[in-house]
Amino acid sequence: MSEHRAPFPLPSEIADAPGAEQWASMYAPFSRFQPEDDAKFWFYNATHYPEPVPAFDGLSAEVAYSAIGANTARIFVFPATLGIEYRIVNGRVYLAANPVTDPAEIGRRLEIFQRRAGYYYEHWDRLYAEWKQRMQAVIDELEAIEVPELGEFDEEEVVTSGRGFATNHLVRERYHRVIDLYSIVWNHHIEFVMLAFGAYVVFSEFVTAAFPEIPEQTVARMVAGIDVIMYRPDEELKRLARLAVELGVDDLLTDDSEPTTVFAQVAERGDAGTAWLAEWEKSSIPWFHVSTGDGMYHHHRSWRDDPRVPLAGLSRYVERVRAGEDLRRPTERLKEEREEVANRYRALLSSDQERAAFDQMLGLCRTTFPYIEEHKFFCEHWFVTQFFAKIREFGKLLVRFGVLEDAEDVFQLQHHEVEQQLANVMLAWAAGSAPVGTDAVKALVAERKAMLEVLATWPAPPALGPVPEALNDPAVKLLWGITSDTIRTWVEAADSSSAQVQGLAASPGVVEGVARVLMSVNEIDQIEGGEILVCPVTSPSWGPVFGKIKAAVSDSGGMMSHAAIVAREYGMPAVVGTGSATRRIKTGDRLRVDGDRGLVVILS
Amino acid sequence: MSDLVISLDTVGRDDVALVGGKGASLGEMVRLGLPVPPGYVVTTTAFREVLAEIDAERRFTATIAGVDPQDHRGVEMATAPLREAITTRPLPPAIEAGLLEHYRRLDGDHTPRPVAVRSSATGEDAADASFAGLQDTHLWVRDETSLVDCLRACWASLFSVEAVCYRLQRHIAEEDAAMAVVVQQMVEARSSGVMFTRSPSTGDRSVVAIESAWGLGSAIVGGEVTPDSFTLSKVTGEVVRRRISDKLRRHVPDRVGGGVLDEEVPPDLRAVPSVSDEELARLLSLARTLEAHYGRAQDVEWAVAADPASGDGLYLLQSRPETAWAKQSAEPIAAPKARAFDHVIEAMGRA
Repeated sequence: MSEHRAPFPLPSEIADAPGAEQWASMYAPFSRFQPEDDAKFWFYNATHYPEPVPAFDGLSAEVAYSAIGANTARIFVFPATLGIEYRIVNGRVYLAANPVTDPAEIGRRLEIFQRRAGYYYEHWDRLYAEWKQRMQAVIDELEAIEVPELGEFDEEEVVTSGRGFATNHLVRERYHRVIDLYSIVWNHHIEFVMLAFGAYVVFSEFVTAAFPEIPEQTVARMVAGIDVIMYRPDEELKRLARLAVELGVDDLLTDDSEPTTVFAQVAERGDAGTAWLAEWEKSSIPWFHVSTGDGMYHHHRSWRDDPRVPLAGLSRYVERVRAGEDLRRPTERLKEEREEVANRYRALLSSDQERAAFDQMLGLCRTTFPYIEEHKFFCEHWFVTQFFAKIREFGKLLVRFGVLEDAEDVFQLQHHEVEQQLANVMLAWAAGSAPVGTDAVKALVAERKAMLEVLATWPAPPALGPVPEALNDPAVKLLWGITSDTIRTWVEAADSSSAQVQGLAASPGVVEGVARVLMSVNEIDQIEGGEILVCPVTSPSWGPVFGKIKAAVSDSGGMMSHAAIVAREYGMPAVVGTGSATRRIKTGDRLRVDGDRGLVVILS
Repeated sequence: MSDLVISLDTVGRDDVALVGGKGASLGEMVRLGLPVPPGYVVTTTAFREVLAEIDAERRFTATIAGVDPQDHRGVEMATAPLREAITTRPLPPAIEAGLLEHYRRLDGDHTPRPVAVRSSATGEDAADASFAGLQDTHLWVRDETSLVDCLRACWASLFSVEAVCYRLQRHIAEEDAAMAVVVQQMVEARSSGVMFTRSPSTGDRSVVAIESAWGLGSAIVGGEVTPDSFTLSKVTGEVVRRRISDKLRRHVPDRVGGGVLDEEVPPDLRAVPSVSDEELARLLSLARTLEAHYGRAQDVEWAVAADPASGDGLYLLQSRPETAWAKQSAEPIAAPKARAFDHVIEAMGRA
């Protein structure tokens, strides 16, 4: 192998984004890169944190990675992975895997894993039904939590019931409970996720090995549930659109009016308006607890909290209902199509053995996949939007006592800073004074808001640190879809200065060798055995030399040109249709021809 | 009527010995009712008759069988005199009469339209060896003299350096090699292409790979144009991958002299898809029919007529067994386990 320049910066080489030098004040000290972290490979979690993380929202990383690692390393004892580590730099979340590589250790863990994972797979339906009940209970508890009012005097009842503590105590107690429930939900979130993804990935890898060009969506289509609850919010909107047309309030549901105006106008429509609003309310709990985002940021609000999104959808559905369209999902037909697709792939497999394995894997996926599809509604959507709404209520308390200017500013404080300011309020209420140091809090909020704007423009590298030999951590693969191949793509993108020529992967295999650039078939005698032929067009007349060359590269031609066919017959890598190989490569260059990916790298 | 020259619609897949691989496959497609340009075949009987006259003592063939396939000059010296003899010797009268009768009859009362003259060797397009591109094809042949010349050139191409090396390397006996020649009405193609009923790059049996470019198909098979390429799922019918290339060159008929001209594609056409989605869907359907009929993956050549006389103008020009992937033995990728979840346990236990 040739020498590689490091394609990604080391964590210690990352400078603070200019204008946001104080970014570290927003996050927990343990989330900061340490000198020894330079030895590890880190990837940017752009999937869940595509934008800089506000101070409070940093809790989501802390709680989620605490739950994920505990699930894989401590509860189920996944054989080849411990947990995920996270760091934050310039507002972006980076992750590192902790794989287990010692075969003896993997074997020891496997023995425990198969018993524990096996238990969940065997009792999946019961455990999942119980999971839904547990989630519902947590959501109910969260929704029931009231942020104390802190009026002038405590209620009479505090005395008559002999409670013995004042209501300011409840401020912190309830804040703690809200945070604790968030942690519980993230534990439940991950409870089935790795096992369900595991079943899916095993099926997907099998189908992809059998049918290498199957689109991932088609694999998912064989597995996907038809009546899953994530479709429900949209189905409810369609129902409300039909109802609006029936009741004659559809003219009011326009895209461009403010929600409050829309609801007020509908309410003025007499019985029809009242009836429609009652139905809206019925749909909205729980279905409009669906988030407009992915649930990691406080500003991802639910449809219920911000009805502009559902109203925009509604006005489009109204138009389609008026046009006579039946908006209901044809669930029966979708089910039949799903079976048809699975059956056709099944029939294309080459043996009954494979078909039996296919049936097992698909069957397991169909049992476990509903969790993948449904857990988000309970966790990221319903619970999380309600969680942030509850924190916002604590923010309102802080506004009422002059600590913050806007309830939304509560998210500019870390969760323990919020707790501190709640204590500030508790003390002020008790002492009959004003909270202390509120100007400093407001200044901090202002500074952090400005920093977030700066950090939003920071170009986060996709990865940091040395590129690993291989990255096969199952957790990273299952949750982020990142494998050695992904990293190779990043390296190539980062390393665009390396000379390479992209073409079509005409015949598989990877070889290295010395280039021989021939501009016409008349020069064919020049070619030496073991060289790599580089030519404008590989016409059939090159055939006789194919027995002695190592690989072929051409400027033009497709997968089914004779040259490509003959290269495949000889089992020799070929890259065709590069457009520029004969101009960019010189005779004597050392090349690596990657016939699997259609890539020619000029090594020296 | 002898069996020297016979109509395509009288032969089928079992007639390889008489009409060669290409002729047999075209005849079979005619039988299946698939769109194939009408034509006829100068059979291997005719070829053997001519070869017997030229090489009565089998001196040429014996010399060829003895050369080293790595020694291209040696092969050239052994084959050149035979090719020379085949291309210069007048046709035996019975063969010439049969050929010209079919030529004149092909187009009814009209002046014969241009034809394609295509080699159809007996070993060619076998399931285990493609002979890809090793034998001659002559397009847009417009008169009787050229027709005779092209016929003899096709015969001679059985003894080209490439073809002989290919046979020697694969230990295919010289006496087993014989050449029939197919003559078909020429499709004046707007677009042409190639289609594999499994992926040429991965062997995936669930997809059909189609390549397409402007003009005649010779530019694609010769690699002179980087064609548009499409991958269609046999299961869902969707186009799962689509790459429209910059098609710089195309082959078109030479209306003055006959034969084929290589020309630049007009700039405004280069980046335009050379085949429509409807045509892709029709090709997919033809791919399914062919594969089901032959029971194995096929490598198909096709063309869309510039000015379709009837129907969609889509023609099949060849279908032969796919060879490269067919040779690979398929190990089962997975086997059932005691419990379904054991698949996951095993996968997670891998380092």
